[in-house]
Amino acid sequence: MDLIIGHYNYWLVIIIMMAGFYTVISRGNLIKKIVGLNIFQVSVFILYISIGNVKDGAVPIIEKGVTLYSNPLPHVLILTAIVVGVATTALGLALVIRIKEAYGTIEEDEIHNQDQSL
Amino acid sequence: MIENHLSLLIVVLPLLTAPILAALPNGRMPWTISTLVSWAVFAMACMQLINVSTGNVISYELGGWAPPWGIEYRIDVVNALVALIVSGIAAVTLPYALKSVEKEIPQHQHSLFYAAFMLCFTGLLGITLTGDIFNLFVFLEISSLSSYALISLGKKRQALTASYQYLIMGTIGATFFIIGVGLLYAMTGTLNMMDLSQRLPELYEHRTIHTAFAFIMVGFALKLALFPLHLWLPNAYTYAPTVVTIFLAATATKVAVYVMLRVVFSVFGITFIEDTPADELFMILCVVGILMMSFYAIYQHDSKRLLAYSSVAQIGYMMLGIGIGSALGVTATLVHVFNHALMKGALFMAIGAIVYQVGSSRLEHMSGLGKQMPWTFAAIVIGGLSLIGVPGTAGFISKWYLILAAIEKQHWLIVVVILAGSLLAVIYVWKLVEVLYFKPVNETGQNTPSQNISIKEAPLMLLIPTWVLVIANVYFGFNTELTVGTAEQAVKLLLPDVN
Repeated sequence: MDLIIGHYNYWLVIIIMMAGFYTVISRGNLIKKIVGLNIFQVSVFILYISIGNVKDGAVPIIEKGVTLYSNPLPHVLILTAIVVGVATTALGLALVIRIKEAYGTIEEDEIHNQDQSL
Repeated sequence: MIENHLSLLIVVLPLLTAPILAALPNGRMPWTISTLVSWAVFAMACMQLINVSTGNVISYELGGWAPPWGIEYRIDVVNALVALIVSGIAAVTLPYALKSVEKEIPQHQHSLFYAAFMLCFTGLLGITLTGDIFNLFVFLEISSLSSYALISLGKKRQALTASYQYLIMGTIGATFFIIGVGLLYAMTGTLNMMDLSQRLPELYEHRTIHTAFAFIMVGFALKLALFPLHLWLPNAYTYAPTVVTIFLAATATKVAVYVMLRVVFSVFGITFIEDTPADELFMILCVVGILMMSFYAIYQHDSKRLLAYSSVAQIGYMMLGIGIGSALGVTATLVHVFNHALMKGALFMAIGAIVYQVGSSRLEHMSGLGKQMPWTFAAIVIGGLSLIGVPGTAGFISKWYLILAAIEKQHWLIVVVILAGSLLAVIYVWKLVEVLYFKPVNETGQNTPSQNISIKEAPLMLLIPTWVLVIANVYFGFNTELTVGTAEQAVKLLLPDVN
């Protein structure tokens, strides 16, 4: 029982990760794929933030009387990863706009059919 | 003074150039600056390799923060060699870019194109030189994001879908990689690669470490297009602008192979790998990949796509060396990384010269052009011979070492597969030669963008960089001091126990 409740954040990570990953693979809509990709990345953010938690540790700001702090490094790392995620999403959405202009659709199978019929 | 900061300057110079280029007006200026920068970086990479060629290691502390807390740039023979490949290819691709980009990319995007190119260049150099595994991820994303943008600039609309497909698969790969890095950090509390390699041995039995290893391997297998995770590559190489195809084909996958080498041998260590099924798995995937992708290449109707499938097969040869895991195998991998960059660079440049004249890379539009473009045709023949692995070309050297490594470990099946792969390469290279030389010229001009009969030899600006690489292919087929010599030095660092 402790394996499930004690590590509930990790279970959450796995569920979100699989949900996102499944969306990327199974959906044919290009926007939905990017949404899936985002959910997938967010799960990794939660994973990193969970790693940084130190049991009974305080917020990592120097203060009198506090000796045990949470590890701030994973949080900093994940700030970088969030920026990368935003850039990826922006670029992906820009590509979807261009695809919509070129093909008139954002459904993967319709795009595939158009390329095949040429 | 400058010499002390050489390791960082190689990465920072193109990084700082990129925003300047983006702000410049379109014209010759962005091209001139980026070419000069690439030459400067190439010169610095040469100096760097000379500095470390005796086997010593340069450790550069970023901002003066001592490792393992600060980010460390750690340069030894292995990554100095890869940095030399990346900068060398950039230094010959950019002169080629002037004409090719003028034709393939709209005028108003030129300065942005070169800015994105410089960012991609920065990212690839950063991946090779950094000694910090999270920093590696950041550079990986810099190079990936800029290459998605570069690929999408292709003329046909399929370039957009190819770029989108690469974006999805590349991001999944990179995310897998950071999951692995996160798990490693959770277990060891460090991100510095040297520090990791010291702390990992006592944790070898731990399941989290095995999971982390699996995530990192799958993530980078996606990035380097290891069969069967190669699906993004053929489309991306076919529809990207010629210059982008040349640059990515010759550098991006090579850098990913370098990361594999670094992670497998420097971070985890060969004893760990031998306990996991990873090495056998690599060998099986490579063997299947080499054969299947070479067959696929034979049946292509587009010259760039043919070479792209051949690239996936060649990546199989590189990973085969890692799978074998002996000193000879890793030597073969490093030498093939170098040689394949030369041969694929030369071949894509020659095909690019034809695309420049004809406006299409489809084989039926190229028939008979060999007689009208003799220099381009000769470049394709020599590059093709090198791809097959004919003695006297660079390709022979790497295949020779790979076969020696396979024989040493008595993997007879692999020897057969390498030879069979070379025979298949003969077929697909012959297909190019046949179309270019023995098919009659397409006189009617039906379905062709321009009438073939009036096509002349490509301009010198395209031929000179092509021939620089072609001559390098022949030169490194005879003089193996730089390639094999450096690779053997590198193996001493990567596999200290074996020697």
